[in-house]
Amino acid sequence: MGAFGRFFKNINKNAAMLIMVLPATLWFIFFSYLPMAGMVIAFKEYRYSRDGFLASIIESKWVGLQNFKFLFSTNDAYIITRNTVVYNIFFIVLGLVIAVAMAIMLAEITNKRLAKVYQTGMFLPYFLSWVIVGYFVFSFLSLDRGVVNQVAGWFGIDPVNWYSDPTYWPIIIVVVFLWKSVGYNSVIYLAAIMGIDKSLYEAAMIDGANKWQQIRNITIPMLTPLITILTLLAIGKIFYADFGLFYQVPRDSGTLYSVTNVIDTYVYRGLKSTGEIGMSTAAGLYQSLIGFVLVITSNGIVRKFNKDNALF
Amino acid sequence: MSAQTTKGRDFHRLTTAWNIAFHAVAGIFALLCVFPFLFVTIISFTDETTLARNGYQLFPEKWSVEAYTYLFKAGDQLLRSYGVTIMVTVIGTVIGVVFTALFAYAISRHSFKYRNFFAFFAFFTMLFNGGLVPTYIIVTQLLGLKDSIWALILPLAVNAFYIMILRTFFSTMVPDAIIESGKIDGAGEFGIFFKLVLPLSLPGLATIGLFSTLGYWNDWFNALLYINTPNLVPLQSMLMRIENSMQFIMQNSQNASLSVGVLQSMPQDTSRMAMVVLATGPIVFAYPFFQRYFIQGLTVGAVKE
Repeated sequence: MGAFGRFFKNINKNAAMLIMVLPATLWFIFFSYLPMAGMVIAFKEYRYSRDGFLASIIESKWVGLQNFKFLFSTNDAYIITRNTVVYNIFFIVLGLVIAVAMAIMLAEITNKRLAKVYQTGMFLPYFLSWVIVGYFVFSFLSLDRGVVNQVAGWFGIDPVNWYSDPTYWPIIIVVVFLWKSVGYNSVIYLAAIMGIDKSLYEAAMIDGANKWQQIRNITIPMLTPLITILTLLAIGKIFYADFGLFYQVPRDSGTLYSVTNVIDTYVYRGLKSTGEIGMSTAAGLYQSLIGFVLVITSNGIVRKFNKDNALF
Repeated sequence: MSAQTTKGRDFHRLTTAWNIAFHAVAGIFALLCVFPFLFVTIISFTDETTLARNGYQLFPEKWSVEAYTYLFKAGDQLLRSYGVTIMVTVIGTVIGVVFTALFAYAISRHSFKYRNFFAFFAFFTMLFNGGLVPTYIIVTQLLGLKDSIWALILPLAVNAFYIMILRTFFSTMVPDAIIESGKIDGAGEFGIFFKLVLPLSLPGLATIGLFSTLGYWNDWFNALLYINTPNLVPLQSMLMRIENSMQFIMQNSQNASLSVGVLQSMPQDTSRMAMVVLATGPIVFAYPFFQRYFIQGLTVGAVKE
């Protein structure tokens, strides 16, 4: 039997399984792999052709690296990269510290029923969309009706036009991010703490270790693998920003772009408002490539130290 | 998180002072997380003129249900958007769970010769993606889904993360012996999957289903990209579009008696907040009962196979 015959025999033997993977495979082709191929647009001057998608791509003129040259010759490339990366660094560090601290507190609180209530409360923001969060923030920051300006008024402080003054937005963005994410991250860490073998704590008690020593020498070391994996994932995504956070919460206010424009919002605006298809595809490719390199590198580094903590 | 663990922890208590401090920090943070929703609810029940005079207040001078009665009178757009969201959520979740479960099950089976290829095929999409612009062009120009309900359903139907969660679930929770016994009974692969594996996997399917439901309910991004006709605007997207004016709702209201003249007198700010409450309410009341499935999914997802 030739190679062909063997191949068909294998297909036949695995037919049921192949049928099972077919729907999602088609989905991946259309929504993941064709877009990857579509990235050639970054090297073209994209013109929509009436003859459809393929014709548009083929008939568009090659321009080499021109889109990238334009992108990096503007100040925008620097601003969106800086904003994306710096915000993410703050998100990763603060998010990790606060979520782990919150999980340890929830685990140590003696009244378990109240701890459960707190946990449920903290989990709520995870379930809300950024549109809703945008409304919440607006109820605090609205120029004439918002709570913050009202309270400032009691102390004789002039109202601030929050949505047109970029000064405070780096803090607002970080606070809103933490508000939305700390709850669900601490839920993950709490589940891990609950899974720690309690005989470890018993042994430590017999040795006379106090609470803080137990937390430092048992709880935190036992959480380290999970912390490493989650941080690794986050570092791999350091070139990606949460579109909703940077678009909905500042209400797409143009005067705030210097501190709220990130790669994702830039790409979106290039596509929908300014129509710079080639340049925004180039920005997207830049994001995907660096993100890919980052996740591979950070995973490689972790692998070197401890294989079990690596993602793949 | 079982009762046993909780009881076993009694021996290792905090001092009272620290216990109080922990309660205070965790309690205040939890309150801050819930507070904005309560606040927006209060605003939605505030009298519009009181609100115009005093701004958003925790204890308004005058309460009113005007915002809600207005929404029920003029709210055919609201109702339509509710309908779109429910339809998209139901169809999308069903499609998503079926596609995900079939794929995840196949790559969890050792007898499937190409399992590694397909596992990588899915996993790679977590590492690298084509980005927004090519995706947009393919959805609109190749698939022709602009202003179609499928543009709200298909882009969110499958994702590699859910496949990984469910694969872990299948390979740890479904014993090989069950599958073998099914084979001995002469059941085909699909028979085994539907009759033996799925009933055992309901908690895993529920987790994926709930993630998916939440994703569809909260989605506005696909509507922002692909939807222009008011008939297909889902709830979250509608909230976004009315951010600065109630015009949208007026223009698309079939109720002719509510015309431009009413525009000035209608409860604008409170109505917007009332819509936020109506859009979020189902989630806020349902999630405490479902949160354990999310915790399960998040923890399984955070740990590799």
